[in-house]
Order: sequence, then structure tokens, then C-alpha cells
Amino acid sequence: MYSKKVMDHFRGPRNVGTMEDADGVGELGNPLCGDMMTIYIKVEDDRIADIKFQTFGCGAAIAVSSMLTEIARGKTLEEAKKITNKDVAAALEGLPKNKLHCSNLGADALQLAIRDYEAKKSGKPREQMPPDPHEHNHEEKCYCPYCDTEVPEGQTFCKNCAFSDDEAPAD
Amino acid sequence: MDLVYLDHMSLNPILPEVRKAMADALNQEWGNPSSQHRLGEKAAEAIANARQSVADLIGARFPREVVFTSCGTESVNQAIKGTAWARQDKGNHIVTTNIEHNAVIRSLRRLKQMGFSVTSVPVDKLGRVNPATVARAIRPETILVSVMHANNEIGTIEPVEEIARVCREKKVPLHVDAVDSMGHVPINVEELGADLVSFAANPFYGPTGVGGLYIRRGTTVWPLLDGGVQENRNRAGTENLLGIIGMGAAAAAASRDLEKRMAHARSLRDLLLAKLPEYVEEFVVNGDPDNCLPYLASVSVRHLEGESVMLMLDEEGVEVSTRSACASGSLRASHVLLSTGMEFADAQGTLVVTFGPGNTEADVFRFLETLGSAVKTLLEISPLYKK
Repeated sequence: MYSKKVMDHFRGPRNVGTMEDADGVGELGNPLCGDMMTIYIKVEDDRIADIKFQTFGCGAAIAVSSMLTEIARGKTLEEAKKITNKDVAAALEGLPKNKLHCSNLGADALQLAIRDYEAKKSGKPREQMPPDPHEHNHEEKCYCPYCDTEVPEGQTFCKNCAFSDDEAPAD
Repeated sequence: MDLVYLDHMSLNPILPEVRKAMADALNQEWGNPSSQHRLGEKAAEAIANARQSVADLIGARFPREVVFTSCGTESVNQAIKGTAWARQDKGNHIVTTNIEHNAVIRSLRRLKQMGFSVTSVPVDKLGRVNPATVARAIRPETILVSVMHANNEIGTIEPVEEIARVCREKKVPLHVDAVDSMGHVPINVEELGADLVSFAANPFYGPTGVGGLYIRRGTTVWPLLDGGVQENRNRAGTENLLGIIGMGAAAAAASRDLEKRMAHARSLRDLLLAKLPEYVEEFVVNGDPDNCLPYLASVSVRHLEGESVMLMLDEEGVEVSTRSACASGSLRASHVLLSTGMEFADAQGTLVVTFGPGNTEADVFRFLETLGSAVKTLLEISPLYKK
């Protein structure tokens, strides 16, 4: 189900941990399937000098976080801002379609960490609500877990195979 | 690397004696069981013998109350849809529970599309259905109650006898989904009081591709498959002779070995739960400790997500199942665990360990050691865990 690259990062995730003196922290939780991710960054000369993560989630979510930290480390903030979830998935040699939607949050969490850093630096309070990836990130679409057909936002069942995602009870 | 297989709920091995019965059958000549010549008669006799073995296992009074199907799902579909269609002149309401298998849930959802209505009753923290709640849910237009015998995720065995008494009083037929308990705990359809009982061969070490439906004499159920007069007109289509022979052999073995099987499984389950605190700090054991499947242990490891634990165990050659949303395909947390009132995050860390006849105490310790180190690694990654 997962690529070799995903399994490699899952088995030996890079840059795991917290950072007590972090310059920016980005925290993102996804209510759809319960994945949660926290990214810590240390910034020196407008570059990401150090980066750490913690993740609660499936194999894909852990691999995504690990790969993201590898991509972002050493990049300037301007470069880091351009990193997308799609880049992370591509670096992992792809993710199962239904995981693109729920587990591929790394780049979003990084953007939040950068925003946190910039807000602290400018002395202005950070915007309160983190972006919901389902509202703000339309790069990845939602796919039916059974037949892989694209399911548009807002539709609660797959028109192709009639799979409905509302689980029991039957009434 | 030696594999430790602890996912018998997903697929069971076929017993050697079952394999032998099927291989012998494969090497013989057969006719169609419906034909009256001698090769046909021979096939009909083989099926009759298998039917008798299954009837003995489930305590059916008449072998013809046993109908062979293609799987547990088909049995459930026929019990539910077949009853709804046969009794639609009497009403359109069906009662079920919140923790049923998808075969039940989706059969009922299909019936709802056709105009039937469904009431699903809740369960308590242990996953138990209260018979009084079922009684209250039954209306004059109720034509069927469907309750599972043992839950496939948490192992809770439901008070089916009491629910059957309620149903008999109210004159509503009762369907019991016994797919995961048949051959593992004593089931006697007469004592159970059910009118319809669904089961399958693989859960008691028979082949996949064959199941059974008990239809109490006098209960009217329409077939799902229309055609010939096979299976006493309850299921058309030429019989799966090899599968049925295998199911018969597996049923005979289950009747003979039931006590031994239960004792073996229970000893492994007890060992696992007794030793678990030495390997994992924070966890919840799901289900009803006093009424549970002997071969199943459902454990939710706190602060972790089950798929990552399952994958890490697999890396070390230990195979279990998880009920986390991420691994389910549907990306939803288990409706069974949520129905017991479990927190979403805890439900995410649920592992289901199911033992089989080949498992040993050494397997339990290998699981525990592997789990202990996987949990340690993953807790370091988890933002939910605070030391």
C-alpha cells in the first residue's frame, strides 16, 4: 500500500521531538481522521536552522512529517513558504489517494509555524484560527476509499459505487 | 523471520482434516446434487452429511433448517432482506443495534431506500444491548429484530436469549448474526431462541466461500437468488459442493473440539491481558470481561494511532488488526467503539488481537515485547503524550 520511501521514513522518522526555545510552532489537527501534527522551527538569518515534529497519526502522517522536515531544513523562509503538501507527497514517491486528503498536512503545519514566527517577530498577535486544510487547501481532492472515484466536497457518498461515509447506526 | 499471526478474525487457516476432506472430494467424480443418477445421488448424500454436521453443531432440530450460502454476508443479507420482503404486508419496521457488522447495517440501509424504517438501539460501555431497550423499540409494525451474537471488534457477547424472549412475546422474528462466535462458544439455536442465525465456515476453520443460514421451521424468508429448487427452495444455484463438504468437516471438528478450543484461546487471552501492564503504560481493554469471545482481545493504546502500531508490529513479523479510522478505508473511527462512548482519540489506538489453534504462549510474549518497543518509539513521536 505504501511506497518504499514512505516505509523508510515511517521506520526511521527524521527530526522527531519538541523544541523548548522554538521561534515558531505550527499545530494542525484534522478532525476527519484524527491526525494531528506539530512543527517546531528555529530561525537564524531568515533560514530554517532547525526543525522538529511530533505527529499522532497513521504511517503516512508520520512519513509526511518526517519528509517535510528534511525538505524544509536549511531553506530560507521565502523558499519554505513555497513548499506544498503536493511537494511532500511527490518526494515520498506518492501516497494512497485517500491519504492525500487526511494525512498530508505537513506543509500546512509548517506554514503555520512560519506565520507564528513572523507574528512573534513583528510583535503582532498571530491570527487566531489555523486554516482548516479542507477549506483552504484544494490541491488534494477527496477520493472514495473503495473505488478511488473523486468525491466532490460536501457530497457524503460516492456516486460511482454508492459507498456512503456515514457509518452506523443504521437508522 | 517467523511470523506470529494474531489476526484470525480476518482470516483463519483451514484445519488439516478439512483440507483432507476437500482434497479427497476434489479427486473424485461427482454429478449435480439435483440429478437423480448415481453420481448425482452421491453428491446429494455428501451435502446431506455436511448439513447434518452443521445442524449438530448449532443444535438445529431438523437438518433442513440449515441453508448453505456463499458467505456470512450473504446469510445476513438473506435473513434481513428476505424477511423484510416476505413480511412487508405485516409492517415495515426493523429493530437493530448500534454495533452491528456492515453486512447488517448496509442491508438495512438498502431496505430504507426501499421504504422500510429502522430503529437502532444503543449499547452500554461494555457494548451490551439492554433487552428492555429492544422491547421498547418494538412497535406494532415491527417485522424483524436483528442482533449480533458476539461483536467482531470488542468481543462482547450479547444477551440474545433474553432478547429472544422479548421477541417471542411480541411475536417478532429474531435474526442473530453469529458469524464470529459459531464454533468458538456453545451455540444452540433452540436455547438461543432465534428464528434466523447467520454463520460462515471460515471463522471455525473451514474454507472461505461458504456460509450457512439457519431458518427455523415455519419462518418465512424470501430467497436472494431465484432460480432452481436447491436448498429447499431457499437458495437457487448449483451447490458449492467442495465448500459444503469442507464446512461439514469443520463443523464436525468444532463440535468435537469446542471445549478444548475455548480453554486454549482463553488461556492466551488471559495471559496477554495479565502481562500487558508490564509492557504498555496507558491502555484500555474493550468489551465485557464477563461475556466475551475467548479468542479476542481488543486493546486501545492511549496517545497512539493504531495503523502506525500495526505497521510497526508487521515490520517485526507480528500480525494484528487495527480499528483506527486511518486503516479502515472509510477514514471513520469504528462505530462500535464510538457507540460504547469511547473518546475518538482513544478509539484511534485500537488493536484487535485474535488467537487461533496454532498460537502459543511464546506468541503472546513475542507480541507483548514487540508492542512494548513499538509503543515506546511511537510515544516519542506523539504530541498527545506528555511524560
